[in-house]
Amino acid sequence: MRSYLIRRLLLIIPTLFILTIIVFLAVRFIPGDVIDVMVAEMEAWHAAGADLDREALERMLGLDVPVHVQYGRWLGVLPTPDWITGESHFRGLLQGTFGESLFGAALTIEEIIIGRLPVTIELGALAIVIGLVIALPVGVYSAIRQDTIADYAGRTAAIIGLATPNFWIGIMVMLYPAIWWGWSPPIELIPFAEDPLGNLGMFLIPALILGTALAASTMRMTRTMMLEVLRQDYIRTAWSKGLRERVVVMRHAIKNALIPVVTLVGLQLPLLVGGSVILEQIFALPGIGRLFVDALDGRDYPVVSAINLIFATAILVINLTIDVIYAFLDPRVRYQ
Amino acid sequence: MSDPKTLPRLADFWIRLVKEKPLGTFSGIIIVILLLVAIFADVLAPYSYKEIHLVDRLAGPSSQYLLGTDQAGRDLLSRLIIGARVSVLVGVAATALNVVVAVLIGGTSGFLGGRLDLAVQRFVDAWMAFPGLLLLLTIMSIVGRGLPQIVVVLGIAGGISGSRVMRSAVIGIKENDYFLAAQAVGTPTSKILSHHVLPNIMAPVIIVFSINIGGVIMSLAALGFLGYGLPPSIPDWGGMLSREGRRYMEQAPWLALWPGLCLTIVVYSFNMLGDALRDLLDPRLRGGGGRLGADAARSV
Repeated sequence: MRSYLIRRLLLIIPTLFILTIIVFLAVRFIPGDVIDVMVAEMEAWHAAGADLDREALERMLGLDVPVHVQYGRWLGVLPTPDWITGESHFRGLLQGTFGESLFGAALTIEEIIIGRLPVTIELGALAIVIGLVIALPVGVYSAIRQDTIADYAGRTAAIIGLATPNFWIGIMVMLYPAIWWGWSPPIELIPFAEDPLGNLGMFLIPALILGTALAASTMRMTRTMMLEVLRQDYIRTAWSKGLRERVVVMRHAIKNALIPVVTLVGLQLPLLVGGSVILEQIFALPGIGRLFVDALDGRDYPVVSAINLIFATAILVINLTIDVIYAFLDPRVRYQ
Repeated sequence: MSDPKTLPRLADFWIRLVKEKPLGTFSGIIIVILLLVAIFADVLAPYSYKEIHLVDRLAGPSSQYLLGTDQAGRDLLSRLIIGARVSVLVGVAATALNVVVAVLIGGTSGFLGGRLDLAVQRFVDAWMAFPGLLLLLTIMSIVGRGLPQIVVVLGIAGGISGSRVMRSAVIGIKENDYFLAAQAVGTPTSKILSHHVLPNIMAPVIIVFSINIGGVIMSLAALGFLGYGLPPSIPDWGGMLSREGRRYMEQAPWLALWPGLCLTIVVYSFNMLGDALRDLLDPRLRGGGGRLGADAARSV
């Protein structure tokens, strides 16, 4: 077990390193347009008497040194000189800083992201809960009544759920209630502290849309796992002891079937992130997803890199955790 | 494929599909219709997708415009039909590129093994850690909107993720006796690859990737919806939904309804047919191969 853990932990280091290179280089491939855009904007500042030109701007953004030095500074293994005072400090990922947003420099990227995080977390957490509440009972029922009408209905609904784009459902929900009943979802964020019910009501619809999307794959997984478990010998033993169906299913089958399902919830993080990008856009929720699209639209690449890096690292760590938990539960995994 | 037994087996296979998988068959029919619509789009579309009728702006469904018109008076049905062609084109082209990239990366990595495999797999790990949609959006914002761009981006991105399937298929082949025998008698590596490895993995691989066409079409639509897919001059379902559909949804709800409905039906059909084919052809692929397709679709 220990050697398995050490091997997995060592393997994540090169992966993390490659991750930072992908994130870093992706942004450097952008030809000078960020600078061009900013220089164009600077024209206005020049008129106001500010003394900034292209070179100063490149120095300010740290783009005046070779790429590997930029990478070292961004990572925090090389010191970054302050463009005003000229003093050098280590300010990079290793120190827990992502640099500064190209626009709106009043806040650091960490502060911007932390400010947006609660909205995305609330949406994500609600969606996961809703997804499980729908998926588990339907998946279990579908399995214990295999090939009945209820099973077909559940499976068909799940496949339709997988095929229906979030963004279309989102728009339909915005559109038809408004046409039929003159009702439309609120578009100003209601803080939880001010109006808890209003806040939950605001998140409910996007969370339902996201949750049903998650439920589709969770339900399919639950059903498959239940079917697998129901074929096992110990279930047959339980039946032959004359136990009631409720006991067999609840006490013997579900517990064993749910282990892989719980890990699937962890693997759904990418879906959750993608979904929140779209739903925050449609329902005007000021979370990370909105921040990401706004940053892309404004070509604010330090913010784009930071968000990419944070989510990729989170997913990597979650995958690792799931594998380790699995290794604890199932000794066969360790020796592969 | 020159094997004379292949043909009756293929016929058998279709008969089994029709007999055992009614939903899969139904989905297959929808996909054939989609392909026909895509091929004969010019003939089928009642108007040109660019033809502007300013008098009939945002006109509702009528005998003249079956599904209504958009803000420039362009016929929605005609634009949906061209949108089908765009979806099929991107779906098929990007999927073909997926297979090529996956063969190159996964095949080489799995076949050669050792340190190269270890290094390549760390890169694939890192790549797959990015949430699909964020990565695609970032790359599209760098390369810019356009048809060739999106095919290359979806093709390469999906190919890297899909290389895992390819790698495990190749590693599986390497354990077979016929592979070891070929090596033992000193068959040159190139011949082993062309005669023993490729023929044995291509069939399952092509199926796994074809299932993914639905996912590719969904990704195309999601990128289009967020404004990072195709330029407005090309009518794609995702873009139509976010541009015309969202802006004029109160005056003309049909502009938001139809593109999304087309998308859902097409993606649903690809998923259903994929499930059916997988069950019939190779039950072992269940779950394993599905991850790729489900992932791509899930990124939305």
